[in-house]
Amino acid sequence: MSLVNEKVERKNQVKKKYCRFERAGIKYVDYKDANFLLKFVNEQGKILPRRLTGNSLKFQRKVATAIKRARHLALMPYVADGMK
Amino acid sequence: MYQNQYETVFILTPVLSEAQMKDAVEKFKAVLTDNGAELLNDEPWGLRKLAYPIQHKSTGYYQLFEFKANPELIATLETEYKRDERILRFLTTKLDKFGADYSDRRRNGKIGKKNQDAPKEDSKRNETVKS
Repeated sequence: MSLVNEKVERKNQVKKKYCRFERAGIKYVDYKDANFLLKFVNEQGKILPRRLTGNSLKFQRKVATAIKRARHLALMPYVADGMK
Repeated sequence: MYQNQYETVFILTPVLSEAQMKDAVEKFKAVLTDNGAELLNDEPWGLRKLAYPIQHKSTGYYQLFEFKANPELIATLETEYKRDERILRFLTTKLDKFGADYSDRRRNGKIGKKNQDAPKEDSKRNETVKS
């Protein structure tokens, strides 16, 4: 019985999160494109946290304002039940 | 005179007849052009379903204008919106340089190809990183 801790072998390497806007070179988040913004909300219509979307802080802010604008214009719901 | 680029969307009540809709749209177009705005785009989205009811209405007539104007115009435009009972909602946004660029491409119908454009820019980025 050895007292040395064995190395934990992770089967699949943890994928690093990335900001899709920075990777794709998108510089402006359009509030008029509700279908695209749908990727950043859950099925209740709540904005997903950065922890889940992987957005950089800069683009998370832009996404959030775009979603809020889309909600104001009734392009997206404030509250929904089973949107997806 | 310094001018900003703006974009405004408003929703009209669906109870209006077609002629009344046109009349309302023309009225706001006139508000813009009479006050020295340079109209860049006039895009009627038409009757759309609202994501949630506004004033007990489930549909609305959307209209988008893009224009260049000096900032004083926005206040007059928005009071004009508030006074008009036909308007359900409105939103006016100032476009930054990226937004102006985006709307320019959108107007020229390149946004549908956005997904094709994106990887190109991506590869360019990678090249610059390598060199």
